[in-house]
Parts: sequence; structure tokens; C-alpha cells
Amino acid sequence: MRNYDPFVLPFMLGFLFLVVLIIYKFAQWLIRLNMREKVLFRHGMLSRKFLHAGNEVFMESLIHRKMFKANPLLGYMHMSLAFGWFLLIVLGNVESRLHTGAHLNMPYFPIFLKFFVTEKETIPFYGGFTNLMDFLLLMVLSGVFLALIKRMTSRIFGMRRTTNLKVGDKIALITLWLIFPLRLFAESLTAAQHHNGGFMTENVGQFLAAFLPTDQLSYPAWWLYSISLGAFFVAVPFSRYMHIPAEILLIYLRHFGIHSTKVYSSFSELEVYSCSRCGVCIDKCQLHTADIHFNTPTYFFRAIRERSLSGDLTDACLLCDRCTAACPVEINTTAIRIAKRATFSTSFKSDFSYLPANHTRRKADVAYFAGCMTHLTPAIRKAMIAILEHAKVKYHFIDEQGICCGRPLMMTGRLEEAQQLVRKNEALIKGSGARILLLSCPICLKAFREDYHLDIRIMHHSEYICELMDRQILQIPAGTQLFSFHDPCELGRGSGIFDQPRKILSEAGKLVKSKFEKENSFCCGGSLGHTSLSQAQRNIITQEVVNELTKNNPDSLVTACPLCKKTFTRWSEVPVKDIAEIVAEVISLGSTQSDREQNTNSLGIKVHEKQKRK
Amino acid sequence: MRQVVIIGGGVAGLEAAGFLGKMGHQVVLLEKEKAVGGHVGKWDRLFPNRRQGSEVMDFIRKKMDEKVSIITEAGIKSIDTSPDGYAVVLTNGEAIRADAILLATGFELFDARKKEEYGYGIYDNVITSADLERIFREEGKITTADGQAPQKVAFVHCVGSRDEKAGNVYCSKVCCVTGVKQAIEVKEMMPAAKVYSFYMDIRMFDRHFEELYIEAQQQGITFIRGRLSEVYEDQGKVQCKVEDTLTGKPMKVTVDLLVLLVGFMPSPETKRLAGMLKINIGSDGFVLPIDGHISQNETGVPGIFLAGAVTGPKCIATTLSDARSAALQIDQYLKTK
Repeated sequence: MRNYDPFVLPFMLGFLFLVVLIIYKFAQWLIRLNMREKVLFRHGMLSRKFLHAGNEVFMESLIHRKMFKANPLLGYMHMSLAFGWFLLIVLGNVESRLHTGAHLNMPYFPIFLKFFVTEKETIPFYGGFTNLMDFLLLMVLSGVFLALIKRMTSRIFGMRRTTNLKVGDKIALITLWLIFPLRLFAESLTAAQHHNGGFMTENVGQFLAAFLPTDQLSYPAWWLYSISLGAFFVAVPFSRYMHIPAEILLIYLRHFGIHSTKVYSSFSELEVYSCSRCGVCIDKCQLHTADIHFNTPTYFFRAIRERSLSGDLTDACLLCDRCTAACPVEINTTAIRIAKRATFSTSFKSDFSYLPANHTRRKADVAYFAGCMTHLTPAIRKAMIAILEHAKVKYHFIDEQGICCGRPLMMTGRLEEAQQLVRKNEALIKGSGARILLLSCPICLKAFREDYHLDIRIMHHSEYICELMDRQILQIPAGTQLFSFHDPCELGRGSGIFDQPRKILSEAGKLVKSKFEKENSFCCGGSLGHTSLSQAQRNIITQEVVNELTKNNPDSLVTACPLCKKTFTRWSEVPVKDIAEIVAEVISLGSTQSDREQNTNSLGIKVHEKQKRK
Repeated sequence: MRQVVIIGGGVAGLEAAGFLGKMGHQVVLLEKEKAVGGHVGKWDRLFPNRRQGSEVMDFIRKKMDEKVSIITEAGIKSIDTSPDGYAVVLTNGEAIRADAILLATGFELFDARKKEEYGYGIYDNVITSADLERIFREEGKITTADGQAPQKVAFVHCVGSRDEKAGNVYCSKVCCVTGVKQAIEVKEMMPAAKVYSFYMDIRMFDRHFEELYIEAQQQGITFIRGRLSEVYEDQGKVQCKVEDTLTGKPMKVTVDLLVLLVGFMPSPETKRLAGMLKINIGSDGFVLPIDGHISQNETGVPGIFLAGAVTGPKCIATTLSDARSAALQIDQYLKTK
């Protein structure tokens, strides 16, 4: 029995190269984690999280569950390639162990088993194995076939655009596609001589034998198969296929509690390498409407890997999170974008000395922080004050003079400067003694929830109004108006608040459905996230969104963000309103004030004795 | 006899109607509102010499003879081509033959509610320049919402003009001088009142305008270079946040009444009719003539002509000249047809 032939060398060299490189890369990523993350890693390795992560690796890296959910055809393509190949390797190993009886064989042995083992009798259940292996190979080949179609016409996959590949990726792609047809070819040619094939290889072998000299071709075919494998392995680290090992490590680290922050870290780097350049993010980007291309995470991450990242590319993003929500690998694309902006943003000497030095220490239960954008949309501020007065809330208007939350600075990567505002606001809010920080602007909401250290409930007014309704402090009379609701990026995808605004609007009237709602909602085009986008480009984006959202002829286009409102107002023929305005309008029509709880409840409502009697 | 249909009964349409009638053509003038006169008909006094707007209207009306018939409250359903010209079909079904059509659909004022940060429609003591003219004409006395005489009044220039975010990049031309005229009028009405004016640039492009600006400064009106950022109302007073860009300092100014100098917008009717007639519209929303220098009244579509603010912001004198020029072009066209 032979168990070595020189043709295995290309495979072996490529394989060894890849293994060494992956070990090196993994070590590098892990060593560069910060102290806190290292502790999390050590704890995670010895906990149940390790098993959970293993399960997810199986579900995502092999089965591609999320990809299936997003796009079944794309899911099958990835699954057939990854899971099919994986099973080929596993079964090949089982078969080769049964054959040799040894626990360990050379890595190439199971791969080229059909070359080395031509006598069926040496492997138990040979017929079953060989047919199963043929089936798996067929499955992988169907994935390769779909990949080929996707490259030619991505529309069949429901994708308008697919990733534009560079040379490294193309070489890797071609070698990957060649591996399986070459395996089929090599195995079939051998089967034609030795009749050791399954239902596919045996028949293909017979077919080929009819017009080809199979005995002369089979040996070169094994060489080619080995070369294609070796070449693919060498290409992996220089191509997008590095995502395969990187994603496995990423899933483990995530399960151990490590997440991306606004500072570019080793974990961010790992996320960048985990991008498979599948291109799902491309169609999600609204900047295409404004004729801006090659800016999406696929290209952004590639530029980071190639060390060719420019300030313009880093800036070309609305930070709307549409791509993040769609990413099958769940990479926090927005956080990496912000983190990278810090390296390009020019620092400026921020001077906030004009901010009031002494904070009024008026005690209140609710601290209302309207935010700069709400100051620019006074109808929202007026509505909120009316609602708070109506509900007899003991509140303190904390930014009547207007101080920025700091998020616009953070979005441009100016974290240091933003900290000055954060400290100022923290002092202001703590001084008020409030138990609830009430916000009208989702941009502020995200900043207060993620970048402040406040031991206090932080609520957007849609959540707060909803709670007032649940406690029957606020009663909304049923109406007949037709509303179209726009989910603001930072409220919906950004903070996960989808249901409360819908609940309020369904009480006050009828809500029309849209294809572009919740996770799939648009950015209004007014985003503070993109500082170099021209007004004309913004207008194109906004007009498209307004057209889509007013398609059903609603009575009002409702949103829950002052910036979205301001952006839409110019282009909408339908009145644009904030959800607070809708509520203020309907409650001014009259509501009962019964069933109030006594004393101050958790929403900061003080019930007066007089009123109770009434 | 040839018949011309003029769409729009503002000063441009009326002036062209008078001239075309005098030239011997039959004219049908269509006006969507109850009465002709357009914006000038609603204005009190005109810059730069503060004569009554009604004087100009009387002058224009006098030229009209029996050749001009006016249909008010006319809605246009469609404009169809016919072998000898056009047929303008009204919403009531009536079809009017036209050998030529003059588009004099003018402009509409920028809806100040779209600059929500200035609080128009939200705060009681924020009004527009058009509201102030109405007050001048109908009330003769300026009061705040609670009936008091304002002690401090501020004007805001460029509301909806030269403002990319409002969607209008262009200058509306007439608001600067209107603001200066109105500031002087307020000051004359209430000499003790303090009057402010927030501006980006003061564009005094025409004859006697600069003199008016100097007069305003001599009367003690305070001009502050800076764009108003936001407004809020506190106990009936209007708080204005603005940066004085000459000193580089942010400032707050509290006034009793805030007047927004609203700019020109192309009227939606213009857009609709331009679509029907397949004539070009510029990026600013106004109709494009075939040549901005030498053929301002022609559209490239035979028999369709333009006059007045349909091709962009214009003051009254320019509009009247433009209307006469259009009348002449139409006369030439009809003679060679």
C-alpha cells in the first residue's frame, strides 16, 4: 500500500503555511487585547460560554443560519461550500482511519484517499462511504455553481450590487472554485481505472473514459487538485477568505463579553478581518442614491487591511447603522468607522468656557433635556412641555439654555473634546437629583446611554409617553388620522426602540405599514454622521425617503427625532410631526384625570391631594 | 383676430394684458384667486420711495380695455395642442382657444413654518414681512399678541433665501430692501421702539436703495451681521440667539416682535404647467427661458412665453419691463405666424 506521492507537496506546503500564519495572527490579536479583555478571555475559556460559542461557530460559520435568514439562496451557497467541505474532511478522516487503523494520518491522506486506496475491501461500508462522499461533493459543486452565477448576475440573488474584487481576492476565488471540479475530475478518472467511485464519480469516470485516455490523465489531475488546494491556502491570508478563521475567534471573544468601542482596538482589527466581503451591506447603503460608491464596510474594511484607508473613505458614511443591522457577521461597522475617524480628525482647541459655571440645583423628579435639535424645532419642545404640564410631572428643564450632548463631536472622532461636554452635563444632571433623564432627541439618547455614567433612568420621550399611557396617567382618545411612521436611526436600530412609538400612534390613529420600517428603515438624509456630504446630495436622499414614506397618502408623516423632522419638512407635502406633537394635539382635546396613583410614582408624577378629591 | 391666453393676474400678467390689448389682440387673463392683483395687490407701500402699492395697480389697470377679458377663480385642467395653436381647458370644462400663451404665474412666498427654528406658527409674536404689510394696510397699528405696543422689534433677513438647508440657494433680491423699508416704517410709527435687523449681507442693488439703507442707519436701526440660529418665546418675549459675526461673539437679543423677511419660491402651479407644456425648469425651481441674456421671454416651445417672477425673483419695475418685453415678443410671433 502506498501512502505517499510527491503530488501531495503543494497541498502540504500550503496547508503548513496557513496553519502557521493563523496561529501567528491569533496570537497577535490575543496578545494585543487590553487587560480587561484578557481577563474576560481567560474567564471565558473555562466557562460554559466556551460551549455556547462553539455552538454558534457551528451554526454561523458552517450552517450560515443568519445568512439563510437574510437571503436563502445566498445562505445555501455559503452553507453548501462551508458545511459540505467540512463534512468531506470529517468523513474523509473517518474513512482513512478505518482503512489504516491508526489514530493519526498525514493531513493529506484523507484528502487524496481515492488516489491511495483503490481496493474497496480495505474500508468497511465502502459503498456507503463513497456514495455519501459523492453526494457531499455534489453539494459543494452546486455551491460553486451558484457562486459562479452570482458573480455573473447578482440580481438572481436579489442583490443589485456585489463586491468588486481585487487581484488577491480573484486569485483566491478562482483557486477555490477550481478545487472541487478538479477533485471531481481526479476522482472520476481514477474511478474509471479502478472502479472505486460512488454514484457520481463512477459515472463521470465512465463517461470520460469514452473519449479520454483516463490512465494517462488521472495522475496529472491529482497534481492539479493538490496545486489548487495549496494555492488557495497560500492565498487565504491575503484575501477575504481570512474571514473564515477570523470569524471563529471573533465568535468566541464575543461570547466572552468583548465588544467594540469607539477606540480602534485589537478586537476591531479582528472584526475587520472577519468581514467576508459578502456584499450584503452594499445594497443597504443610501449613499448610492447620491452617487457615492465603494464606501460601504466591504470596501472600508478592505482599505483598512490594505493600509490604504483615506480620510474621505472614512467620512463617507451616514452612521445610520443600516449595514450593521444587515451584516451576517454582526460586525459593528459604525463603531469601527467612528474609531477610525479619530485618526483623521484634526483636533481643535475646544473652548466651552461660555457654558454656565453654576448649575441651578432645583430639585425635580424628571430632568428634561431637549437637546440642540429640539431647540431648533420648537414645536416639539412646546409639545413636550404641554405633555409634562398636562401629566403634572415635577420636571426641571435642564438645558433651557442649550448645551450639546457631545455626540456630534464623538461622531467625528473627537472623543477628547466631547468629554468636556460630557462632564458638564453629568454635573448638571446629577445636581438636579432627578430619577429620570427625559430626552426628545435620539441622538442625545444614544450619547447618554452609551457614553455617560449616570445612575438614573434614561428615556426617550416615546418611551416615557408610552409608560404614562400604560399607567393611565395619560389617556389618548382614539382617532381616525392616518400616520406614516419613520424610525429614526438612533432611536430604532441605534437604541432598539421600535414598539413604543407604534403603540402611541396606533392609539391616536391608524398606522400605515411600510416596507422600510423598523430594522430596515431609512436614514432621513440629515445625518450628523457625514460631515462632507453636500446639501444637494442630502436633498436627493431625503426626497427619495419622503416619496417612499408618503406613498400611502398619510395625514401626517410622523417621526420621533427633531433632526429627521427638520430634514423632512422642507421636502414633504404632507405635514411632518414629531410623535410628541401628535400626543400634545390629542390630549389638548381633553382627557380624564382619574385613577391617579398617590404620591410620587416611579415616573415622577406628584399627585396633589386636591386633584385626587376631584 | 389672434387670441392670447395669459395665465396669472399679478402685475406681470396684467401689464402684458394691457399692452397686448393695445396692440390689437384679444386677451383672456386667467387668475386662480378671487381677484387679480397678485402680491402687489396685497402690499401696503413699495420700496424705495414708499408710494402706495395701489397707485401702481391703478396705473396698470387703467391700460386695460374691452379687448381684455378676465376670468377669476380659474383652475387649469389641461393645455392641449390644436392645429392652430393651443386649447386651454379649465376645470369647469370650458376650453379657450389660444394662439399664444403667456405664463405669468409668478412666485409664492416661502412658508416660514419650514424654518421651524424661527418659531413662525408656534410663537404668537413671530410674523412675516407679508403679515406686517397686512397690519400696515388693515390695522394701521402694530401690537404684540397681548395687545401691547412693542418696544423692541427685530427683522430677520434671508428667511428661505440663500439657505441650502431650506432648499433655496438663490437670493430673492427684494427682501433686503423690503426689510430696510419696513424697519424705517416701524421706527416712524413708534419712534421710541428699538429696531434690530439681523442680516448676512445687505444687498442694495438698485437705484435709491443704498440711500434708504443709510436713512435706516441714521434713524438708529441697529444692523447686526449674523444669521439667527434659533428663537424661543419666554413669557411673551421672543429670545433670539444669534452670533454677531463682526465681533465673533454669540449673543442673545430679547424682542417683543420678530419679523421674518420671507423670500420667493416658485409657485407649485408653475411646476405643474411647465410639466404640461414640457418647458424646462432650473435647479432653483423657476422656469428657464431659452437664453438668460437675450431671450428671457421665450421658452423654446412655439407660442409659449414667460413674464415676471416665473423666471426668478424680480422687483416690480423689472417685472413690468419684462411684461412689456413679453407682449412685444408675442406680438411679433403672432404677426409672423
